[in-house]
Amino acid sequence: MDSSPWVRRTLRAVVVVYLVLLVGWPVSLVAKNAFADGLETFQRAFADPSVVFALQLTAAVAVQVVVINTIFGVGISMLVVRYDFPGKALLNALLDLPLSVSPIVVGLSLILVYGKNGWFGGALEDAGLQVIFAPPGIVLATAFVCLPLVVREVVPVLTEIGTDEELAATSLGATRFQTFRRITLPAIRWALVYGVVLTLARALGEFGAVKVVSGNFEGRTQTSTLLVEQRYQDFEQGTAYAVAFLLASVSVACIVAVTLLRSDAHSPARPARARRARASTKADS
Amino acid sequence: MSSTLAERPGRAARERRPAPGAPPPRPRRTRRTPNGPYRLTAVSGLGLGVALVWFSALALVPLVAVIVETSVGGWPAFLAAVTQPQTAAALTLTVTQALAVTAVNVVMGTLVAWVLVRDRFPGKRVLEVLIDIPFALPTIVAGLVLLALYGPSGPLGIDVANTRAAVFLAFCFVTLPFVVRSVQPVLAELDRDVEEAAASLGATRLTTFRRVVLPALAPAITAGAALSFARAISEYGALVLLSGNLPMRTEVGSVRILAYLENGQPEQAAAVASVLLLVSLLVIATIQLLQRRVARRG
Repeated sequence: MDSSPWVRRTLRAVVVVYLVLLVGWPVSLVAKNAFADGLETFQRAFADPSVVFALQLTAAVAVQVVVINTIFGVGISMLVVRYDFPGKALLNALLDLPLSVSPIVVGLSLILVYGKNGWFGGALEDAGLQVIFAPPGIVLATAFVCLPLVVREVVPVLTEIGTDEELAATSLGATRFQTFRRITLPAIRWALVYGVVLTLARALGEFGAVKVVSGNFEGRTQTSTLLVEQRYQDFEQGTAYAVAFLLASVSVACIVAVTLLRSDAHSPARPARARRARASTKADS
Repeated sequence: MSSTLAERPGRAARERRPAPGAPPPRPRRTRRTPNGPYRLTAVSGLGLGVALVWFSALALVPLVAVIVETSVGGWPAFLAAVTQPQTAAALTLTVTQALAVTAVNVVMGTLVAWVLVRDRFPGKRVLEVLIDIPFALPTIVAGLVLLALYGPSGPLGIDVANTRAAVFLAFCFVTLPFVVRSVQPVLAELDRDVEEAAASLGATRLTTFRRVVLPALAPAITAGAALSFARAISEYGALVLLSGNLPMRTEVGSVRILAYLENGQPEQAAAVASVLLLVSLLVIATIQLLQRRVARRG
């Protein structure tokens, strides 16, 4: 169904205009506003200890969440793809739940369980661990929100590569760990990289869930996104735009990296192992 | 399209990485080769146990707690909470705007996917990046970004700040990737021979689109629409700076939950949260059902 040239041009124009008006132009304006007074805004913003603290807290939370979710994500993906157990379909469905739960509901649910009057919160606090209104709560909330991102990237690739190579390795005497490190991990590494980059972008930018559980104490539990809100509402728009610009550039860099990696993975430069793995699954189907 | 692709429809879609927001491809449980899936061993069983404990502590138990907190007051308390005028207005606004935005996404998302798959022009990769930006951009920054163009000092002279149009705009922004990313891979692997056959039998372009292309895309469009609806009704961050959260006018469901919580009314907060959770569950069930149907057909 090759559309006539003018239909194609009209559709193309509509799409370009829509995307520019909705995303391109507004995003570019943040850069413009952030640099409105040259670098002075940035210098002033980064001289503020609260801003520095918020950025450090955000980075620390993001790193912890990436580590936790990568380990959990790879582990649960292996289990769900390679093993059979009762309730697997249900688990599969539930793994996606965090993506469609409101961040505010995530925050509320964590407070109900880990808050002072929550199910476990009191006991944990007696044991000396404060979760809500403290950094552990921020990590929990962010990990919750980002939970499916690694799983969704790794599961399809694990399914696709099949078990032939792993089986061959095991039959040649490789231990379970060797098989994972030498066969499985190289095959899923690109999917893992996408998952990690997406998790990182999402973790740096989480707002709603963190707002509920952190208490938003400046200099103690205020993350960068919470700081942007507060400064904007306090009419310190320069600082708000500077921090927003920083966050936006990191997330755009993540997206560009994923886009580039994705198209590279389909070019002939794709890692030889993945290609062989694919060839072997192709042959047996 | 190479012959292997034509022989095995679905391959292209599986090889393509799922984009953020696209419904995740499911492991095909039906393919029972002697190589697996295996039964649980001691080690993998332990691993599953640890993973389930973490998943429960992090997500399942807290979500159950929301339901339990809702049920504490019983049915009358629940009804009273969600029919309280300000809450009812917020929920109505959230659902109507989310439906409107989903309708826009069904049309525009399919159109964007079509242009990205079937058209070739310089700068197409930039559009690919633009589509993913709403997924990665911090929501509070998204609000700030939209305010820069559509706020009081925007260069276009359009000011939607603190109006219902702001809610619509913010929803449009954050849900942009969903339909596009779920339709794109399906459209890319669609067999064009069928379209050509239809055209050669005298079908007009519109007929071909309506009778051949659209039915093939329908499951993907529905799945994307469900995701964008779910995302829209749960949005909070992008609205904070843009819509002003005016009671009875621009306040959405999430804002009501937060307000109840800050007023020390966790039961009411949980009641509104349960409504949103129920919708999320329905959406996930819909997507599962659709995927199963497509898998059976394929």
